[in-house]
Amino acid sequence: MNSELRGKAWKYGDDVDTDVIIPARYLNTSDPAELARHCMEDIDASFASKVSNGDIIVAGKNFGCGSSREHAPIAIKASGASAVVARSFARIFYRNAFNMGLPIFEAPEAVDGIEAGDRLAVDMEKGILRNETKGREYRFTPIPPFMQELVAAGGLLNYIAIRKKGT
Amino acid sequence: MAMTLTEKILARHAGRTSVSPGELILAKVDLALGNDVTSPIAIQAFRSLGVPEVFDRERVALVPDHFAPNKDIRSAEQVKMMREFAREYGIVNYFEVGRMGIEHVLLPDEGLVVPGDLVIGADSHTCTYGALCAFSTGVGSTDLAAAMVSGEVWLKVPDTLRIVLSGRPGKWVEGKDVILHIIGEIGVDGALYQAMEYAGDGIAHLPMAWRFTVSNMAIEAGAKNGIFPFDAATKRYADARAKRRYEVVAADPGARYAGELSVDLAALEPVVAFPHLPGNTKPLSQVGNVPVDQVVVGSCTNGRIEDLRGAAEVLRGRKVHDGVRMIVFPATQEIYLQAMREGLMEVFVTAGAAFSTPTCGPCLGGHMGILAKGERAIATTNRNFVGRMGHPESEVYLANPVVAAASAVLGRIGGPDEL
Repeated sequence: MNSELRGKAWKYGDDVDTDVIIPARYLNTSDPAELARHCMEDIDASFASKVSNGDIIVAGKNFGCGSSREHAPIAIKASGASAVVARSFARIFYRNAFNMGLPIFEAPEAVDGIEAGDRLAVDMEKGILRNETKGREYRFTPIPPFMQELVAAGGLLNYIAIRKKGT
Repeated sequence: MAMTLTEKILARHAGRTSVSPGELILAKVDLALGNDVTSPIAIQAFRSLGVPEVFDRERVALVPDHFAPNKDIRSAEQVKMMREFAREYGIVNYFEVGRMGIEHVLLPDEGLVVPGDLVIGADSHTCTYGALCAFSTGVGSTDLAAAMVSGEVWLKVPDTLRIVLSGRPGKWVEGKDVILHIIGEIGVDGALYQAMEYAGDGIAHLPMAWRFTVSNMAIEAGAKNGIFPFDAATKRYADARAKRRYEVVAADPGARYAGELSVDLAALEPVVAFPHLPGNTKPLSQVGNVPVDQVVVGSCTNGRIEDLRGAAEVLRGRKVHDGVRMIVFPATQEIYLQAMREGLMEVFVTAGAAFSTPTCGPCLGGHMGILAKGERAIATTNRNFVGRMGHPESEVYLANPVVAAASAVLGRIGGPDEL
């Protein structure tokens, strides 16, 4: 499995809530492409149109606080962003992200050292985040193999389906 | 091993004699819940797994409350998907418009959640049932789908933060003020991943309606759940409604807590949370002059009959300010009927307030009271994030129902003593 993610940083502050990640006015659909068009709309109207495949969202503490809407990690994943790095995550978002196959990492030191637009590379398996723009490298606790398989499979349901086939 | 309330309920449901914080467990679910926003994704996931039936037709609850009565064609399609799923799989607890209510008020009132239960719901305010001495927590749609298949959920056993309530709350102070005060003290991630467990003599002064409000907003402190001990008030409430037998659970003496916070209820005054975080609180006396365009009384946080009584008492014989739209949402049909019988509906309508059918409506910026750019609301709801009730440049202030009602008359944020 290719465990390296690469892209440029989109930097946000503390307590980014699920209402700004995907406002409730768009929750009358669960279509990923449509949710992606409104991703981060109420905190950064330019995100959805300018984000490139592989880009990484970098934020402060308590990212994803608020609602249990799985539409939030769905929107981020469908936007093309490859991961979220934050000081900490709200617990329901944390669960939902892995269930959806969106990798997320707690790396407080890295968050301090990253500015918007920096080129980042993340090795999920080894737990290394490189800021290529600034030439700095940070270590974080790698996600357990089970979670990595989950991400590789594209989420919990695909993971269950793949395991079912294997038995 | 001595366990906290949360640990004890989790251990029982995992078939274990004890559990410790940090452990991953697979636990049996007494009830799994979804609404019209979260169920469609869960239903698609459930169908993709190709299983013939849900784990228990009586232990899945589907409540269309967020955008229901349907606000547009797409919302109608989402509810239709739920309704058809409920029929196809024989889901007993599907609540149609006209018989429904806001899920977290409806399910305990219907006796579908009982003390000692383990409940998961694809809605973050599922933590509300902690008021009944149950463990309940919000999850996503995929977890709901998995629970509908297996009747189980994996959980990490949380640390417990003990919150000791003492004293008797003063006039106009309610459950909302207790929880807003706590969130203001510890912050919106002050109990991240933790269980909040209430203790102390002060609990006796909190009627069940207030306890539901306090448990409801545990998520606003980042907590997994917010749980009250079982006492005479819990017993009265549960015995009048429970549809299943229940076993009483109590925390063990000597249980280990990750931290403790003391709250002197007598020292509190009504609390208002300023935009754009529930933890951004001020005592009412320090709010200053904040004019409002809209007042909302309702939601899973404060849409109970006690909340409506409080607001109506303030409004009786008074008028909603010329510059204000006030909208009242009874949380369930039963509460709606009770408000009618008690003459509360007449008080609201005579005062110039709108009285709505139950819905989550404007609380999440869904419908029935959306704010325009630059508008400001005071609401008895639970979140005041950017854009929560409408335009990203609108503002929401959170307060209890009597403060909200007084503000409707004043045209600015204020308390009943100013009338």
